[in-house]
Amino acid sequence: MGSELSNSDLTEGLKPASENIIKPMPANPYNGFTEYGIGIGLRVPHYQHILAKKPVVDWFEIISENFMVDGGRPLEVLDSILEQYRVVQHGVAMYFGSADKFDRTHLGRLKRLVKRTNTPWLSDHLCWGSVDGRYTHDLLPMPYTFAVARHTAENIRAARDYLEVPICVENVSSYAEFHASEMTEWEFLSEVTELADCGILLDVNNIYVSSKNHNFDPYEYLNNIPHHRVGQVHIAGHSKFEKYILDTHDHPVLDPVWKMYAHALKLAGDTATLLEWDDRIPSFNEVHHEALKANQFRDLQLAARTETAA
Amino acid sequence: MQKRWTDGSRMDELAAAFIKPNDRLSSFERLEIYSRQYWFRVLDCLWDDFPGLRAVVGKRKFTKLTTAYLTRYRSNSYTLRDLGHRLEQFLREEPHWVASRQELALDMVRFEWAQVVAFDGSSKPAISPDEILDTPAGKLRLGLQPYLSLLELNYAVDDFLIAVKKQESDVLRGEASNAVGSAPRERNHRKGSRPPKREKIYLAVHRHDNMLYYKRLDPEAFVILTDLCRGVTLEDACAKAVAASNRTNIDWAAQIKEWFDDWSALDWLCRSL
Repeated sequence: MGSELSNSDLTEGLKPASENIIKPMPANPYNGFTEYGIGIGLRVPHYQHILAKKPVVDWFEIISENFMVDGGRPLEVLDSILEQYRVVQHGVAMYFGSADKFDRTHLGRLKRLVKRTNTPWLSDHLCWGSVDGRYTHDLLPMPYTFAVARHTAENIRAARDYLEVPICVENVSSYAEFHASEMTEWEFLSEVTELADCGILLDVNNIYVSSKNHNFDPYEYLNNIPHHRVGQVHIAGHSKFEKYILDTHDHPVLDPVWKMYAHALKLAGDTATLLEWDDRIPSFNEVHHEALKANQFRDLQLAARTETAA
Repeated sequence: MQKRWTDGSRMDELAAAFIKPNDRLSSFERLEIYSRQYWFRVLDCLWDDFPGLRAVVGKRKFTKLTTAYLTRYRSNSYTLRDLGHRLEQFLREEPHWVASRQELALDMVRFEWAQVVAFDGSSKPAISPDEILDTPAGKLRLGLQPYLSLLELNYAVDDFLIAVKKQESDVLRGEASNAVGSAPRERNHRKGSRPPKREKIYLAVHRHDNMLYYKRLDPEAFVILTDLCRGVTLEDACAKAVAASNRTNIDWAAQIKEWFDDWSALDWLCRSL
């Protein structure tokens, strides 16, 4: 896997040495000025291993909604994890793009969880997923219009003000596009995050999946977003079908996605990275081993920067 | 995905009005991806949460039943955890889905939902035996932990569910291992677990040390706990339970003390509201 990427691949696009500013991107306000490394999702099949073996892991990402409960084992596990590990919250039900007002119960529970975990930033998706109090439990794409961007940014600001924690908004993978769209997805992401003054959780696998489903160049996406806003990166596997790709999070990361990841690091700097593996979950060691492959690309990027600076 | 909308309009025309096709998929087909994913997700959730009901009615009927349930009662919560909270209500409103097994199906659904509540329901500080003794029984009102459910059932669904889960676990182990001959295959178990016998039981579904448990109760114990939940004083609850009992030659004082010792040890008792 790693042999397909050379140093020339990683230095492609860099300007002549004298014009390069070789500094790793500093921790930024969108990730709470942290410098977390490679994390994995905290998943039920791994609880026993993690609590018993206490493996060294940079950080865990939790799905907020799984721990927005009133008691019981989920919170017991979370508190044990918090004693030993750094935890970052990732949500799936904020629905920043929804026309509905925020569910106050959901927001209240989320804020209590934010205080419990002391998460340095909170992420959720650039999507909608509910109408009139009915939930799809999915991450649905929106038409990319200026009006939708303004509405979504307003929701993000309101959420951030209430939760009092930096927010990173994630690009979703999608299988449909709308006639009403006035811009590309990357232009929309840029517009929303600039209006909201929030961070980006850059999911490179989602960009790849969407690029195949919608016939665009994923590197044009990567090149044309506000890189200084990237607070976190997601990598993951997907499933290929005859006429589309599905974002299934049930495979190792594929080579084209690793290559995009390397390019994202080149543009955004060394950024907290999270491997998502949510279905057909293998052993903890297998998932962690897959996640740690990201270090190869971080190291190569740092070496390329250092070499060019010299 | 349905080919026509509720007003009779063609779905492919509706989809084409707002979704772009691409070089491989029509607008309808692109929308259908989301429809399929939605149904996979929600049906899968109920499949996992109600294995007992699935065993009672059978897999095919279960899929039809839950599809109908979700069509009528779409999710109104941000969490999938709450997806099944109206399933009992649905089965009472549309009993034809469980036909001759309605009583058993309802028992099972109530039992399985109680486990969802016990798993992550809220808890209150438990009241200690000393605190109980400090207040005269004629004035003492106690509450029960919010995560605890008391169920009066007509079938031994607890034993049945244990058997169902064991059978499913054995099948999974057989599929996962290379020991081809040593574990049961699912095809040999198409008949499923033997249906539970009709038997009046009283269950408390609760958690202790964050592990899920269900505990059978004597009828009198069930009456006491139920009355405590209703705000009846300790003295009145115990008197009513004893008076209603058809058991004789019981040292009720000792028996009730034993029950309260058990319930205190399990942290069931707390201050009433």
